[in-house]
Amino acid sequence: MSQVAALHTAVEPAESPLTPESWGKLGMWIFLAGDAMSFGALLAGYGALRYGSADWPLPSKVLGVGLTAFMTFLLICSSVTMVLALAAIQRGDQRGLRKFLSLTVLSGVMFLGMQAYEWTHLIHDGLTLTGNPFGAVLFGTTFFIITGFHGAHVTGGVVYLSCYLIQALRGRLGQGSANAIEIAALYWHFVDLVWILVFTFVYLL
Amino acid sequence: MTSAHKQPNYIGVFWWLLALTVLEVGVIFMPLARLLIAILLVGMAMSKAALVAMYFMHLKFERRTLGLIALTPLALCLLLVFALLPDLSATPHRSTEPPQAPATSH
Repeated sequence: MSQVAALHTAVEPAESPLTPESWGKLGMWIFLAGDAMSFGALLAGYGALRYGSADWPLPSKVLGVGLTAFMTFLLICSSVTMVLALAAIQRGDQRGLRKFLSLTVLSGVMFLGMQAYEWTHLIHDGLTLTGNPFGAVLFGTTFFIITGFHGAHVTGGVVYLSCYLIQALRGRLGQGSANAIEIAALYWHFVDLVWILVFTFVYLL
Repeated sequence: MTSAHKQPNYIGVFWWLLALTVLEVGVIFMPLARLLIAILLVGMAMSKAALVAMYFMHLKFERRTLGLIALTPLALCLLLVFALLPDLSATPHRSTEPPQAPATSH
């Protein structure tokens, strides 16, 4: 395949006036803006319910802040490995792409494992969707819905990135796929960004 | 292509994010007023979110229109908070059931 043909694979049928590089990127940004509204509504609802409750427990007394701080660290690390994977594919470094994409997926899986461990412990202590021995029942409801919704996004991200990792391991991701990896990276960073807010509003405040 | 801009210092951004996370956890154990702790936490969380969006999601290097798309949900969420304000003024209530009175025998 000639160099021109190889580069041509990255060119899409029409350019967007918003993002001259890619329609796909614009599409992902619009999706993420909508998704951000879902999280925003959940967090605003959480705030309203908490404000209206007289027996809302202090989250840091009930939830394990140390473990979730480490989970935050893990997601921040995964965002760094994701940008390094993107930088690798942009310069045609296949080995770097495979390494950093693997590390990103691994971080996501570890995050989910820790969330499962945290949930198991909390449920064992009596905190459920409909019960909370530490105070307001809605504390448990909102906690599991918000962290569960985020965990579902992490799961989606792990599946999404794993698909690209499999292609990368088979040597099917050339420099022409950099735009697709950049779009996937946008989703993954969004998941990290949302966790930063969830960690602050649900665990620390 | 996607790499038209100069790559930012990703590791530098990582250290900032790490430092802010450590500070956030530290702040909740400080003997400060709850309101001050809340302001500091929200400020640091927003700074971290902005760092991720600007540098990792490359918003700093994109066209302004894309930034406006990204800011739209933030504006709508603020609107949502204002819409919830009438509910926030309600008297705080306890959600736990009061202890049941022992059944009296007749």
